[in-house]
Amino acid sequence: MLTSPSPARIHGEPLAALPHDLYIPPDALEVYLEAFEGPLDLLLYLIRKHNLDILDIPMAALTQQYMDYVEQMRAGNLELASDYLLMSAMLIEIKSRMLLPKPAEIEQEDDPRAELVRRLLEYEAMKLAAQKLDALPQVGRELIVAQAYYQHIPQQNLPGVSMEDLMTAWQGLLQRASHFTHHRITREQLSVREHMTLILRRLNLEGMLEFSALFDLTEGVQKMVTYFLALLELAREGLVKMTQSAGFAPIHIQAAELM
Amino acid sequence: MAVTEDFERNSQHGNAERSVLHSIQEMKNVLEAALLTSPEPLSLDDLLKLFEARMERATLRMLLDELKTDWSERTLELVQVASGWRFQARAAYAPFLARLQPERQQRYSRAVMETLAIIAYKQPATRGDIEEIRGVAVNQNVMRTLLERGWIDVVGQREVPGRPSLYGTTRTFLDDLNLRSLQELPPLQELAQQEMELKI
Repeated sequence: MLTSPSPARIHGEPLAALPHDLYIPPDALEVYLEAFEGPLDLLLYLIRKHNLDILDIPMAALTQQYMDYVEQMRAGNLELASDYLLMSAMLIEIKSRMLLPKPAEIEQEDDPRAELVRRLLEYEAMKLAAQKLDALPQVGRELIVAQAYYQHIPQQNLPGVSMEDLMTAWQGLLQRASHFTHHRITREQLSVREHMTLILRRLNLEGMLEFSALFDLTEGVQKMVTYFLALLELAREGLVKMTQSAGFAPIHIQAAELM
Repeated sequence: MAVTEDFERNSQHGNAERSVLHSIQEMKNVLEAALLTSPEPLSLDDLLKLFEARMERATLRMLLDELKTDWSERTLELVQVASGWRFQARAAYAPFLARLQPERQQRYSRAVMETLAIIAYKQPATRGDIEEIRGVAVNQNVMRTLLERGWIDVVGQREVPGRPSLYGTTRTFLDDLNLRSLQELPPLQELAQQEMELKI
């Protein structure tokens, strides 16, 4: 509860009681403190609430009211009170300077309230500016920025290829292909089988063949190799008989006699 | 369409590379796709990159104006803010869109807004300047809130003992308040100042 303030005079009229909206229950002190942004804000509130001319502040009344609030804060043991205490000191200083008689030679002395007025006006300007800023539409509040989704596909930087790389690759390929020659043998085996049949047919027709007569040199190495493999296979399977009368003599081939 | 004619006239002056690159509509489509998918406003320089800089800035500006007109009847509008151009929902839809937000949009405290106002209008300003005007110590949380939002940053130090940091507002601050420059900030209340000058 506020201690009843000594009657203050505003423009000559006594202010018997504090305006209703100034009453702050002690329990609500913290809330009350949060409602003001500091001593300037509180001072400004007191001035504006009483519709006082900011340039003609009745220092006694204002200081008295202000001090009542500060007393309440001190009772509440609040740290924030220090800022407010500083302001009380300043108010009392201004008041005391105004009470002192002015020596004639420094009559042009500045009004001791001028600095306070300047600060109050500056603060008020900023306070109003803050309200206007807050009223502006804000991204995330009143403004919603459009953002369509798109799947970002990073651009690929394709590596360069030199002639040398190409040759290395080709050689590697050839080398790897050479590992698969048995595949060709598989295919070749069919072909060998085919040539085995061819040889047997000739032997059936011609009875006996000389080894060299099997091969036609114009048909190429591959054909000759195939014939040779076919002949070896026939011999292994006991389907042909190869004979030679002496070393380095012609080799003769004939179909094996049925047992 | 003014731009189309202008562009065709330009292209007749040679520079075949530029003229055959795209049709006007294609260029506007490219701009539109880029602006719609960008999380941040895109500057003229950003947008020029789309065309590998084979475009005059004046042409780009005209294309943007056309694009803005093309969208004038739509739910999104193309606006220019401090760091460039962006699409945003028209204000009329904000209350509806806000309902999709799980939490109510918070407002900043008076302390935050007053500190921001002082930095915006009196920048570059130190904490001391802010304290002088507000008459209370600057709460560290207030500064952190503004720094984290990206609205203020340190722009230098005042060469006095202690070399206090000088704070200024950022482009993000202007972007987020839909402003192109500090000149567009609401004017300060001049009345009080004049009043004071008259009397003192």
